Amino acid sequence: MKTTKKYWIALAIGVIATGFTGCGKSSSTSQGDRTANALATYVAPGEKDEYYLFYSGGHSGQVFVAGLPSLRHISTIPVFAPYPGTGYGFDEASKKMLGGFAWGDMHHPALSQTDSKYDGRWLFVNDVANNRIARIDLRDFKTHQILGPIPNSMGNHGSSFVTENTEYILCATRFSVPLPKGRVADPKDYEKEFNGMVSGIKVDPQTGEMKVGWQILTPPFDWDLGSTGKGPSSGWAFWTNYNTAMAHDVLEANATQKDRDLCAIVNWRAAAQAVADGKAQMMDGVPIIDPAKVPGILYFVPIGKSPHGFDVDPTGKWVVAGGKLQPATTVLNFEKVQAAINNKTFEGNFRGVPILKYEAVVEGEVPVGLGPLHTQYDGKGFAYTSMFIDSCIVKWKLPPWSGEEKKDLNKVVLDKVQTHFATGHLVVAGSDTKNPYGKWLVAMNKLSAGRHINVGPAEPESSQLIDISGDKMKMVAEAYTEPEPHFAQILKVSEIQPAEVYPKDENKDPNAVWDKAQTGVTRNGNQVVAKLTAIRSRFTPDRIDAQVGDTLTIYLTNIEQTRDMIHGFGIVENNINITVDPGETKTMKLKLTKTGVFPFYCTNFCSALHQEMQGYLVVWKTGEGPANPAPAGATAQR
Amino acid sequence: MVQQVSTFLRREFRFLHKPLNPWSRLLLLAAAVTIAASIFFPLWKMHLVAPQYSDGLDLYIFSYKIQGGGLNGQHLNEINGLNHYIGMKPIQEADFLEMRWMPFVFGLIILMTLRSVVFGEMSNVVDLFAIYSYFGSFSIASFWYRLYTYGHSLDPHAPVHIKAFTPRLIGVEQIANFREHSFPQAGAYLLCLSVLLIVLAGWFSRKEQSA
Ligand SMILES: [Cu+2]
Repeated sequence: MKTTKKYWIALAIGVIATGFTGCGKSSSTSQGDRTANALATYVAPGEKDEYYLFYSGGHSGQVFVAGLPSLRHISTIPVFAPYPGTGYGFDEASKKMLGGFAWGDMHHPALSQTDSKYDGRWLFVNDVANNRIARIDLRDFKTHQILGPIPNSMGNHGSSFVTENTEYILCATRFSVPLPKGRVADPKDYEKEFNGMVSGIKVDPQTGEMKVGWQILTPPFDWDLGSTGKGPSSGWAFWTNYNTAMAHDVLEANATQKDRDLCAIVNWRAAAQAVADGKAQMMDGVPIIDPAKVPGILYFVPIGKSPHGFDVDPTGKWVVAGGKLQPATTVLNFEKVQAAINNKTFEGNFRGVPILKYEAVVEGEVPVGLGPLHTQYDGKGFAYTSMFIDSCIVKWKLPPWSGEEKKDLNKVVLDKVQTHFATGHLVVAGSDTKNPYGKWLVAMNKLSAGRHINVGPAEPESSQLIDISGDKMKMVAEAYTEPEPHFAQILKVSEIQPAEVYPKDENKDPNAVWDKAQTGVTRNGNQVVAKLTAIRSRFTPDRIDAQVGDTLTIYLTNIEQTRDMIHGFGIVENNINITVDPGETKTMKLKLTKTGVFPFYCTNFCSALHQEMQGYLVVWKTGEGPANPAPAGATAQR
Repeated sequence: MVQQVSTFLRREFRFLHKPLNPWSRLLLLAAAVTIAASIFFPLWKMHLVAPQYSDGLDLYIFSYKIQGGGLNGQHLNEINGLNHYIGMKPIQEADFLEMRWMPFVFGLIILMTLRSVVFGEMSNVVDLFAIYSYFGSFSIASFWYRLYTYGHSLDPHAPVHIKAFTPRLIGVEQIANFREHSFPQAGAYLLCLSVLLIVLAGWFSRKEQSA
């Protein structure tokens, strides 16, 4: 316990001096390095970045796309929150996907994989707050599906982890509640009445369509972060846990008393098989596996202390947990894990689930420093761990280690670079594949604390770009990101060919109209339907007549086929604003409640005559106005 | 005088009845193939470059169709979309009547060329050359007239008013923010080559003895 005490003293100092201990490196950059760094990250006007960086936007609910090495923000992909900039959350399709929620807490983006390599098809992101998973299609960089709230799942934090061939997205719950959801029990009866869950979200290999496959019932631990296996650990998944004590109040103290927490090792392929074999019971429409009754699916391994990240390396053999409250990362050897399972080298069980003997599966504890959280890999045998308390990135060598190194694992710690400040996640390009690109590392720091020009008390987060191609890491650039990146994915630009426009012949919207003759406004009872085209610089028709009490549906097709010829459609004082990309059709629905003449206009600057791109929605008193709102194309100029 | 005229006519008559040697026939065959091949290539290309269209918008003119550059010929729609601002009529294939009869005329000329190969008389070559020249000049003139018409029947109600103009047939010129490059293409070069081949066919048999 002596080391623990020493650690707590160090921790206290670390917290007080946030970010200034441990690394002992000056943050200033010499003149010579400035030029080299500038050249390494400079993307001249007209030139393009080499990599996409997909940042999760945390509680902003969105994905931010930046380029590397410039670290410039390029676009925002709205996912869990409305985004007037692209009209997301205002048209019927996106409103339906949002399901009435105005925000989400997006954490861990995951690119789809085939054979443990990025296949450039989809990006999956999780919503911790509302227990959802979304799929972004990389053909158009748009959200195409939001699944959830997932039944029997509360606090979808331990996701979204994609399996080797995107068979599943695996999720684990951060919170436990009485299940099924909606059932009420006193939090005092936490241990007895509450449960956590691991979920397998099945992904259609052709369309990417997600559905809840199965779930594994767990004790009311707080599952934190995880990853999926490959190679020797193929078919397995891993999660850390920060509440083995099953505390239900003052977790800060009550959940941090144990030296080790029980982390989960899950055989997801066996889980899928067990469900197929009928070994599951239904709860809220989902087959649930009780791991005490179906052996071989869940194992626990004790890991110190309140561990956070649990990251499989590119070979699939090493699984590294960040100690968070212990100044070391714990390296598990999956071959030893496999042997311990086969030989039943258990040190007991928890609620019928075997606990692997720690000494039998651990390869070593690497003394990286204070507050290790997440580990990433470059595919050359090196690991990079983010240090929250020390504010730095530590480079260290993965096993196999020499006898000398094993005796003193300080020897495998190779390099540290200071970050600013309190690094949470970090990402190495392609770390979660079997062939990482390496080269770049982005540290996502929780505090920027005045590194930037002063923008008042609501400060942005900071991201720092580190060159890891040499022996020594080199910090080369810094940028500020909207709240709040938790993890990111890096994809080589050359690996995908996104669309430039939506080709006309691929627009399958039955209400799309492409020429004047098809446009117009029609009435059926109190349902008024307007079909409009948008092209530089007019809407056809540019007048819509309706009455109070009508439901007005507007189908707007942008009939441009030229890249970047995007039109907007805003109706004043009606809370409607959408944008339509070239070749796209969007649907808007309004319940008309007040009379008046409401101009509508193009909100997305399109052409020299963009200002002129406008029209009128005339809302008459009920029973007044033109009997026939407008025949096809009638209100068009000529 | 009469003597001289009659000598000239007789010489001409003899010239027209000169047989074509195998070299000339081969050249004529090559000319026929060249004309046929030209159908598969654009005759003309207009290339429009502006700051926001740095890769340019392309318009290809074939003997029988107009083809925009880009995916699905999108550049033609784009050019028409832009032209509507100055009130220019949309460029559409249906308006180009000559594109209906061009392939027919090409066929006719190919047949005449083959006729020369088979009958092998200098008069065939002369006929061919005369008709071909007439057709060629007429086509170029008609194309120029097209350009003139497009530039001179601008809708007075258009958003942007510009002076009537004739887009350049060959060369480069600035029209508002666009730099327009208009040049003949492979198809046109093949046709020029075919004319050369026909002339050479006549030339190589100029000294043959008339039958
Ligand atoms: Cu517009």
